Amino acid sequence: MSLSTTEPSPAGPEGSSAAGTAGGDRALSGGQGAARARRGGDVPIHVVNGNVRMGRRLKDLWTHRELLVLLTRSQLKMKYKDSILGYVWSMLNPMLVLSIYYVIFKYISKNPTPDFAIWLFAGLLVWNLFNSAAMTATTVVVGNAGIVKKVAFPRELLAIATVGVALVLFLIQVGVLIVALAAFQHSPAYAYMALLPFAMIDLIIFTSAVCIFLSAVNVYLRDTQHLTEVLLMAWFWSVPIVYEWSTVGPKFAKHGLTWLKYLYVMDPITPIAMTFQRAIYGNGYVLGGVHTTLLPDIGYVGYVLALTAVLVASVTLFLLALVVFGRLEGNFAEEL
Amino acid sequence: MQAAIEVDNLSKQFRLYNEKYTSLKERVVHGGRMPFVPFWALSDVNVDIREGETFGILGRNGSGKSTLLKCIAGILKPTSGEIRVRGSLAAMLELGAGFQQELSGRDNIYLNGTLLGLSHAEIERRFDDIVAFAELEQFIDNQVKYYSSGMYVRLGFAVAVNVEPDVLLVDEVLAVGDAAFQRKCLDHVKRFQREGRTIVVVTHATDTIRQNCDRSMVMNHGRVITIDEPGEAIRAFLADLLGIGTLPGSEGGGIAGNVFSIGTVRCEHGGSGSRPHLYSGESLTVVADLESLGSVPDGMATIAIHDDKGEVVFASDPDDPACRVEVPLGGGTVRFDFPEVPLLDGTYSVSVGVRSLTDTAVFDWKDQVATFEVVNPNRTTGRVRLPLNVSFRQRATGTTGEVPVVSAVTSGDGDAPRDSIW
Repeated sequence: MSLSTTEPSPAGPEGSSAAGTAGGDRALSGGQGAARARRGGDVPIHVVNGNVRMGRRLKDLWTHRELLVLLTRSQLKMKYKDSILGYVWSMLNPMLVLSIYYVIFKYISKNPTPDFAIWLFAGLLVWNLFNSAAMTATTVVVGNAGIVKKVAFPRELLAIATVGVALVLFLIQVGVLIVALAAFQHSPAYAYMALLPFAMIDLIIFTSAVCIFLSAVNVYLRDTQHLTEVLLMAWFWSVPIVYEWSTVGPKFAKHGLTWLKYLYVMDPITPIAMTFQRAIYGNGYVLGGVHTTLLPDIGYVGYVLALTAVLVASVTLFLLALVVFGRLEGNFAEEL
Repeated sequence: MQAAIEVDNLSKQFRLYNEKYTSLKERVVHGGRMPFVPFWALSDVNVDIREGETFGILGRNGSGKSTLLKCIAGILKPTSGEIRVRGSLAAMLELGAGFQQELSGRDNIYLNGTLLGLSHAEIERRFDDIVAFAELEQFIDNQVKYYSSGMYVRLGFAVAVNVEPDVLLVDEVLAVGDAAFQRKCLDHVKRFQREGRTIVVVTHATDTIRQNCDRSMVMNHGRVITIDEPGEAIRAFLADLLGIGTLPGSEGGGIAGNVFSIGTVRCEHGGSGSRPHLYSGESLTVVADLESLGSVPDGMATIAIHDDKGEVVFASDPDDPACRVEVPLGGGTVRFDFPEVPLLDGTYSVSVGVRSLTDTAVFDWKDQVATFEVVNPNRTTGRVRLPLNVSFRQRATGTTGEVPVVSAVTSGDGDAPRDSIW
């Protein structure tokens, strides 16, 4: 629960005039006037009670945005504490991963798709952000029990800060991607680039929702952190990142499982990942005069519609996650 | 008078689980339900804390005082009721609570300051003050995990007092650091009071309340016992603590059968009649009424004196032949005479008992049944006034040998003009 400003109350003259009535209040005599002067007109009133309304919750998050930045920064610092290379790792890591994928898919598994590493990297960008945020968020409230038990602030921020950390790492990976694009001389689909900010907003809101939910649930059910690991693994393979979307559709049809296809696209991560692939890799490739499409041919509008649907779902989930968090948060200090 | 904090019908329920099922398997096995015993840490608390006052909350362990503070701070969510806080609020529940071990002192100042409600710009402006206050100039870029506990707590306090809230909540943290640092902390609290800020202190130390508070509330079992000015509140607190008033009379018969019991216990002292307290060094007599339905030929009277925390300051020798009492049928009174009480300031309580000389049987024991208050009119500080002699001898300088140049002898009353008792 949180404290928030609900209504400004006029600083009435009764405050100072009544100061003398409490005889023997030694601290009051001189201080009251000073206090009035110091605070000026309106003094906000905080209300603490059993239920916190959604509007207040969102407002709280907004007023504490500076804290969010700071929490993100300190989580980042802790991630690379005591390592010699420090932040260099955040760049080195994706570069090494990229070169491993390049070697595997180019020389070992011999994937026919040209520049497959780029395709892979486009999807992985999305997945890495979601995955790393969700993994750290699960334990973030439990791990910061010291603050949670002793300081009042919107605790959702702890979970959202993990998204912030993941976002910083994401941006570093984008840098690596740009270098890779130049190295492979692969030109992205510039027209679709405009969709990336939209997809990012979807991704951040959706990831935040999942993080807030997991961080709260894990306080009560510590199994969540282990379960999350496995579920995320399964989830990863249900998103067309390592394989292409085009290979999935026909397989569903072959087994008469067309309905599964709809379930498949309902996964909010899928349209986001596909937008990234569409913009960064392109729709497909032409090899020896044969045109191969890897992504559904839904066009620009199709992507916008898909992302809009994801946005609606993400915002709904975000609000739901806040409700769940608010319910569970009341007893955090006791449970930890 | 405008209220800085209004607490309306506040209740807080904790669930006491006999067994805690935190794993999924256990939850599933028990159908998602856990057996618990409801425990009301706060029930129906109502209090208005005025703007600008220093308000103390007294209560023994488990009385709900810290829970109330956490509810006001917004850390715990009340089960029912509402709290309205006027103005900005900062809580010092545990100094350095929000510190991250792996981060430097500098980073932690920013993090903790922001947690307590300071903006980045404000922290930047006060940064040097905070570091200077904590006396950590050399170590500010070291990781907090390498700090000594003293440094840790100093930094925590330095951040907290620099938040400058309208309402400050303090939970028994004022006694940190060495004497010099305590002095600084106290100065800060005094300044807060002068500036008209509201301070709420939770403690079980009556001295803190007496010295700093304008009003005080006494709590027990999650309920408000009284809200009054400090002297009265402390009296109510001690009465509650010692079970006087809530348990009128004695609790019935003695422990070894119903034949023997200790009735009222009174404290008489050198100042009796003229003032409620005695001065250090004055005499004290504890008188206990004994009721006996039989004759007790082999009784041993014992007495113990406790400080305000309940710790024993003095307990009589259980085998001292001088404590032998022979109680005839019908009873009588037993007197314990202390010709001189060398204790310094404080409220002390007295326990009286009568046990058997020959075996371990306890006829009756009244724990902390009466109190007396000692006031030290002197400048001596500490707990006990020890007799003291000071003398000085000049170092031998060759020819004349040892010659005493200055010799002063005092017996604890060096500054006689200040007090007339000695």
